[in-house]
Amino acid sequence: MGANRMKFSNASRESLAAYGFLLPNFSGFLIFTSLPILASLALSFSVWDALSAPPKFVGLDNYIALFKDRYFWKYCWNTVYLMMSIPIGMAGSLLLAILLNQKLRGIVFFRTVYFLPTICSGVAIYMLWKLIYNPDFGVLNTMIVKLGECLGLVLKGPYWLTDELWAKPALIIMGVWQSVGGYNMILYLAALQGVPRDLYDAAEVDGANGWQKFWNVTWPQISPTTFFIAIMSIIGGFQAGFDPAYIMTGGGPNGATTTIIYYLYNNAFIWLHMGYAAAIAWVLFLIVFALTLFQWRFFGGTVHYT
Amino acid sequence: MVENNTHKPEQGAPAKKMDQAEIEIYRQAKTIERVITIQQLKRRQRLKDIVRKFGIYALLALGAVSMVGPFLWMVTTSLKEAGDVYSYQKEWWREWIPTTFVWQNYVKAWQVVPFARFYLNSIFVTLLITLGQVTTSALAAYAFARLRFPGRDRLFFGYLATMMVPGAVTMIPVFILLEKFGWIDTYKAMILPAVFTAYGTFMLRQFFLTLPRDLEDAAKIDGCSYFGIFWRIILPLSKPALATLTTFTFMGSWMSFMWPLIVMNTHGKFTLPIGLAYFQNLHTTDWTLLMAGSVMMILPILIVFTFNQRFFVEGIKLTGIKG
Repeated sequence: MGANRMKFSNASRESLAAYGFLLPNFSGFLIFTSLPILASLALSFSVWDALSAPPKFVGLDNYIALFKDRYFWKYCWNTVYLMMSIPIGMAGSLLLAILLNQKLRGIVFFRTVYFLPTICSGVAIYMLWKLIYNPDFGVLNTMIVKLGECLGLVLKGPYWLTDELWAKPALIIMGVWQSVGGYNMILYLAALQGVPRDLYDAAEVDGANGWQKFWNVTWPQISPTTFFIAIMSIIGGFQAGFDPAYIMTGGGPNGATTTIIYYLYNNAFIWLHMGYAAAIAWVLFLIVFALTLFQWRFFGGTVHYT
Repeated sequence: MVENNTHKPEQGAPAKKMDQAEIEIYRQAKTIERVITIQQLKRRQRLKDIVRKFGIYALLALGAVSMVGPFLWMVTTSLKEAGDVYSYQKEWWREWIPTTFVWQNYVKAWQVVPFARFYLNSIFVTLLITLGQVTTSALAAYAFARLRFPGRDRLFFGYLATMMVPGAVTMIPVFILLEKFGWIDTYKAMILPAVFTAYGTFMLRQFFLTLPRDLEDAAKIDGCSYFGIFWRIILPLSKPALATLTTFTFMGSWMSFMWPLIVMNTHGKFTLPIGLAYFQNLHTTDWTLLMAGSVMMILPILIVFTFNQRFFVEGIKLTGIKG
């Protein structure tokens, strides 16, 4: 009996200690994450301008309105369009990873340099690119004109950020520049280093050339990483686009660079349509949720490293 | 070579008569011939290798130039005379090297806007978020990784599940909550919601699980308390993981833009990112000052990155999740 009681008190002491350790994080987590998720769901079924009397329950009205909102569909299209930077960036990351995977001197230096745009990404970089894209004195168009002079042609760069046609490609180019040497490249580098050497040896015995070795050995071996990066980038992509658009274009011209999250921001904090904004947030969540489930089904959550 | 094969059978007899010395010469000639071809082959191989290496370096260098180019232009622009930004330069390199270095731009950027104030605010907010997040995450991660208590797995699953909820979902209710508290436009509004994250807890828990238990068992027998074990054994063993989380949190909150933009109104309390955006609206035309401000904003990040580079790779490998 005595031993039993001590065992019990030990277990409860352990539980008590555990709750103590958890308390700071859990209380904050409850206030700033768990409860707000529920509140947000409730809010998405109501109309509220954050100022007047309590929110009014309207059922599915927000979702129905959202479904009929042609701006929402336009901004969804913008968001997907801007995700073109994902496949381009991934191809670049893979190419860089292959180049950096050679046993050469100075690789660490190059890796560091390629990482710079990723770690510096933020307001400062968006300001810089806004200036780079300036049609009259930005360095990009200046270089285009200079190139034309060298070739004896009269070249003129586009109006980039102020042109409805070019604003999205401009953001995509910047996005590729920013992400190509970043985390995806490091993931690819790890994946390349994990491909068993004997597979290449066997391919060489069979007389495969470099190109064949890539498509028949490397590509299938690193495909889990490719899939992982693609899904994670798409999940990120649906929630992206606020910071650069806010700084560089203000969502314009004519809404050409407004993404879902930007529309949510405008609804919630500019027009104070809190309920409508919450509904947008939940649509966003459903998209992310579906993609995550899709990924789990195939890969059980994470990429494995050796 | 060809002649050798044309020996007719009747010539076989005289060939046998070839004396030993002749055969020896013949063999040596063959050997020399082979040695030469192997050397040539080697040389050809080496040449191919050099060309390949050169090609790789050329590609890498080209990539590196396009990565660094914009940064270089940023520094150049920050040192230009304000008028030079707009004027057309005849020589192309004038774009990249200023005619005169106007270091004064940096002083001016510091004076024109409360830039020093933004800097201090950013440092204050970032340090508190980082300290708070690493501390609370480590405490919770220890409980999840090492202690047994009812409901542990369910609670941990709850943490994991919220990691896939977009920040956009909680943004609006948290804003309303802070408004109810009267915390909008205070430092608390920027700091507190960023402190308690599932991500940090998850990452550190994964790391704590990999630590050997022997030391803890020994400490337990010696009568060490749970906090003692956490403080004297777990934390010292987890320096790499803690450094990784610290680095990621620091960088993330230093660059954080949307949330501060939503909750702050008074520009005396702005952090650098929203301060810089505000500065852009004030001085739309003075790009030299704007670029000087941007360079100063990036500088701390570069310093942190230079010293903590390996933690970036570590962090990615620990969780498989992009920071």
